[in-house]
Amino acid sequence: MPNNLAAVVLAAEGEHNPVVPIWQEIVIGLIAFGVLCFILMKFVFPRMEQTFQARVDAIEGGIKRAEAAQAEAGQLLEQYKQQLAEARTEAARIRDEARADAAGIREEAATRAREESDRIITAGREALAGERASIVRELRSELGALSVELASRIVGEALADEARRRGTVERFLDELGDAPTATGSKR
Amino acid sequence: MVRGLAAEVPWPPSVDDFFLPPIAGPDNWFTKFTLFVWVAVAITIIFFLVAYRNPKLVPTKSQWIAESAYGFVRDGIAKDIIGAEGIKFAPYLASLFLFIAFNNLWGIIPGVQLSPNTHIAFPAFLAIISYVLFIWVGVKRFGFAKYIKNQLIPPGAPAWLLPLVIPLEFASTFLFRPLTLALRLFANMFAGHVILLVFTLGGFVLLGSDNFALAGISIVSWAIAIVMTIFELLVALLQAYVFVLLTSVYVQTSIAEEH
Repeated sequence: MPNNLAAVVLAAEGEHNPVVPIWQEIVIGLIAFGVLCFILMKFVFPRMEQTFQARVDAIEGGIKRAEAAQAEAGQLLEQYKQQLAEARTEAARIRDEARADAAGIREEAATRAREESDRIITAGREALAGERASIVRELRSELGALSVELASRIVGEALADEARRRGTVERFLDELGDAPTATGSKR
Repeated sequence: MVRGLAAEVPWPPSVDDFFLPPIAGPDNWFTKFTLFVWVAVAITIIFFLVAYRNPKLVPTKSQWIAESAYGFVRDGIAKDIIGAEGIKFAPYLASLFLFIAFNNLWGIIPGVQLSPNTHIAFPAFLAIISYVLFIWVGVKRFGFAKYIKNQLIPPGAPAWLLPLVIPLEFASTFLFRPLTLALRLFANMFAGHVILLVFTLGGFVLLGSDNFALAGISIVSWAIAIVMTIFELLVALLQAYVFVLLTSVYVQTSIAEEH
């Protein structure tokens, strides 16, 4: 190894010195590196930056869209719940109303029926009372007339025989028996 | 025959192993080194253009690899070291990282196994660009005088220490930074190549020796060469990372409000 090192050192002092640059290589290197930098920095890396940015936008946009969709869904859910609750309240209200209506209708019908029956009964009674009064009145006047007629007949036929007299009385009584029937058929 | 093979092996490895004759043409315009640099640059450009010809939000595999390379430098170095401002330096830093890494990787590509960065010319010009960059952003931010003052006078240094502190700060910032940047990369790649040479060529030398036991050890020597190749892969990427990281740190100290 020491031998080897010595050889390196010797050679370094000889024709070639490794720490002295070869100027042609500097020129070539600069040109090659310049070309590399130019093409990569002009055509490749800016497009990579654009892609990175687009990717960031896509991800952020996606998150934003998802958030918006979620918010909308939440809002809709809230709205549906509210509508459902409203509908339930409404239904309950309608049921209560119907129940109240039914009760009212029943009540009213009953009241009306009662009133009607009362009215009919009252009317019947009044009619009866009126009829009775008119019958009594008629009977009175007729009885008077009949009494007068009977008395006249009795006086007129006083002289007739016993049989005739008896027959007259019977005929009168028969007539009396028919009279109410005749009066009744008038009505 | 084995003896003959071993006899042809240049031993020991020397600095001259790093200085190969030009492939064609005069001087050093067209050598293995410049060729490998061009090929590395071409591969990098083609890969990135192809991988990113049609970028999608959900990346394909090659697009993902290309984005990862850029994202590593952008988020792992530029943003981490320099802060939010660092993103505007990310394209340059990523280009720098890819250039160094791909050139370093020549050091372990079978059949090549020689990185252009073993010639100091390449690390040197990269270091000079970093040097110009960090001074330029500092001057642009604060103006020349304020920037120099920021760099040379640490806040809170007592006045009587300034004659000592100023030369030290000047040397560490304006002399040693570029030198160490260049030398670190160059020396790592140079040493890596020497190590591979020692164990690979050493295996042939041992195989050709008269001693039977020593010939057997050549297997061990080559096994170490393989392990070292894997190690060199790590070094190649690590040195690219260190170079870019230090460039970022220098830029950050230039534009920092408090030195």
